Amino acid sequence: MADFGGGDPEAFRKEVREWVDANFPAELKSRPNPMMREERAEPSEAQEAWRKAVGSKGWGTPTWPSQYGGGGLGTAEARIIQQEFGRAGAYNPIGGMGVMMFGPTLLEYGTEDQKLEHMPLICRGDVQWCQGFSEPGAGSDLAALQTRAEDKGDHFLINGQKIWTSGAQYADWCFCLVRTDTSKKHEGISFVLFSMHQPGVEVRPIKLIAGNSPFCETFFTDVLAEKKNLVGPLNGGWSIAKRLLQHERGGLSGAGGGGMGGRSLVDLAREYVGVDAQGRIADPDLRTRVVHHEIEGRSFQQTAVRVMLESKGNSGPSAATSIMKNAGTSWMQLRQELTLEIMGHQGLGWEGDTFKPEELGAVRGWLGGKAFTIYGGSQEVQSNIISKRILGLPDLTQNN
Amino acid sequence: MAVLNEEQSMLRDAAKSWTQEKSPVTAFRKMRDSGIEIGYDGKAWNEMAEMGWAGVIIPEEYGGSAFGYLSIGLILEEMGRTLTASPLIASGVGAASALVLGGSDTQKSEWLPKIADGSVVGALAVDEGAHHAPEKVALAATKSDAGYSLSGTKSFVIEGLAASLLVVSARTSGQPGDKDGITLFLVPADAKGVSRKRLALADSRGAANITFDKVEVGADAVLGAVDKGWDVLEKTLDRVRAALAAEMLGAANQAFETTLDYLKVRVQFGQVIGSFQALQHRAAKMFTDLELARSAVEAALQAIDADSPDVPELVSLSKAKMGDVFHLVSNEMVQMHGGIGMTDAHDAGFYLKRARAAEAAFGSQSYHRDRYARINGY
Repeated sequence: MADFGGGDPEAFRKEVREWVDANFPAELKSRPNPMMREERAEPSEAQEAWRKAVGSKGWGTPTWPSQYGGGGLGTAEARIIQQEFGRAGAYNPIGGMGVMMFGPTLLEYGTEDQKLEHMPLICRGDVQWCQGFSEPGAGSDLAALQTRAEDKGDHFLINGQKIWTSGAQYADWCFCLVRTDTSKKHEGISFVLFSMHQPGVEVRPIKLIAGNSPFCETFFTDVLAEKKNLVGPLNGGWSIAKRLLQHERGGLSGAGGGGMGGRSLVDLAREYVGVDAQGRIADPDLRTRVVHHEIEGRSFQQTAVRVMLESKGNSGPSAATSIMKNAGTSWMQLRQELTLEIMGHQGLGWEGDTFKPEELGAVRGWLGGKAFTIYGGSQEVQSNIISKRILGLPDLTQNN
Repeated sequence: MAVLNEEQSMLRDAAKSWTQEKSPVTAFRKMRDSGIEIGYDGKAWNEMAEMGWAGVIIPEEYGGSAFGYLSIGLILEEMGRTLTASPLIASGVGAASALVLGGSDTQKSEWLPKIADGSVVGALAVDEGAHHAPEKVALAATKSDAGYSLSGTKSFVIEGLAASLLVVSARTSGQPGDKDGITLFLVPADAKGVSRKRLALADSRGAANITFDKVEVGADAVLGAVDKGWDVLEKTLDRVRAALAAEMLGAANQAFETTLDYLKVRVQFGQVIGSFQALQHRAAKMFTDLELARSAVEAALQAIDADSPDVPELVSLSKAKMGDVFHLVSNEMVQMHGGIGMTDAHDAGFYLKRARAAEAAFGSQSYHRDRYARINGY
């Protein structure tokens, strides 16, 4: 790695370690990241202090340019920060849609003024973003969206409804796809930003089959977006949206073992199903399917490594990138199904102390996981993309 | 595709242009139609040997280039694309690996240069039943005045008819199924008491059943240690399995690409059938599986080159995954071609037949899934 530009990685590691030791509140050690909780509570004083400390260093977004509030560091240094946080039992308090999707997109498409206005707030964790993309009539066929933005001179007036808006109930701002031209489909869409804290914004959490409410219905009635918050050209939002979805899909395929956390299927099977005299999983049919699944997971991990190495090589981006979302999400779903099956009746609890937290988590995870192959481009849309862009087959949907 | 060094890129390019020009599928068809008993074109094999392919994993001091297993995998992948038949896996990987891993200096000096230049074809005589089970060795080697006397039979010896040198697993103690008590022997195929029966197989490649009737060999025919042949045998088999998986990767990719080409030209209901989503999504699934399989195959070959301790599990992973994928793609090739895919005049049948033969050779998917689980303690 040339990221240190002649600098010393061990010196940097020492600097990070000392800084974490001095700044990370002991009471938060090995506590889960509050960003990961769906039902958010008021942050504690320690949580706020940690967020501000990391945010002001730019270390929550270490590879983003420092003039926009990022760390201005290379990937090797970012890795060291991650490792040192992990060593100290510390989480990265800077995250969410702003970091994962909106920030990288704004870096690419935003004006200098837009970057200076919005990115430092993301880097400090002061502003949480939500994504106004899907609508009741525009899911897989996203470009069918109808939320209107009317030109009122110095601002747009927005009317319409979004759905599946992740974390809208906690969001301060929304990056939103709106229709600015009704005579065209893809070429009539613009990408605008506006505050969620204004009259006319109504958010209703949607309760899902797993019992939680990670998504919302979001209604806009005469909501105002300033003209300076149009990203990219008027009616040029579709290509920005496609690029942003690539960031999203990249983040959704992190399967292959580590991504799910928890114990391995083999460990679970030993406990819940037992082993035979040779130490094999006692149910031979289940054993076969577990091996199948383990092999699939390993080959997915090997592909992730290969994609990474190939992207650093000289032959351009790997075609294998296109398979990662489908391969990763179906693998995760199968893992959840097998987990439930292995746990038997204990893997069917909804609540109560008859069930261990691990068991209840398995049930909720299994249900929630059904969304993996629906959001961020459904399995079927991903297959359309592979067949059109990689395999060169004719496109009948004109959607991708 | 793995990131290659300059020498590997050159090797791959040479293999690609040679197989495409000198050994397209029509050459395989011609070989099959001619009824050549050994199951490959001897002249083509000489050309391969002249290009140095038989010596890719053999050390330079014994006439090879020592480029390694990922390198020979690149060649085999190109050969798999055009279904090129040759003893490269049996001899240039199988017999060569056994000698490199277990041979004495004398044995290496005697055999490796001839394997590397193609003048000797070696083969592994390992299995004795309908399924790959290398520890189930019954063929007996008993002490005799000259050294050992071998009696028993070996089945489905790949390139067994063409081979002039057989690497034979024999039992010197214990029972069939024991890993201890297996000894490897180097037996010239023309030794007294060796009789070979050609097997005509669906994939038209060379194989034989071989009977050993009191075959006398000297003590110097023992490869490695008496009773302790399992270690070299298993390592050798893993190298053969990984190489075979590379050939399967090439064949499966070509089967897929040929099918994809057809989806773009075959018109029904007034449009190319590749515009139907039912076929597109199956194509996307095959592409996804092929990419996963490529990762597994390349990782296994790289692990062998790095002499990594996880070679056995990575090899079983790759053979199992590759077998599943080739199985799927070869079936879909016939199905998506429709009636034309059922005709002997079309190549689809060749890929289908080769798929099943390659799946079964040196351990089927179920063999390798079971092995993968055992290695990982379940």
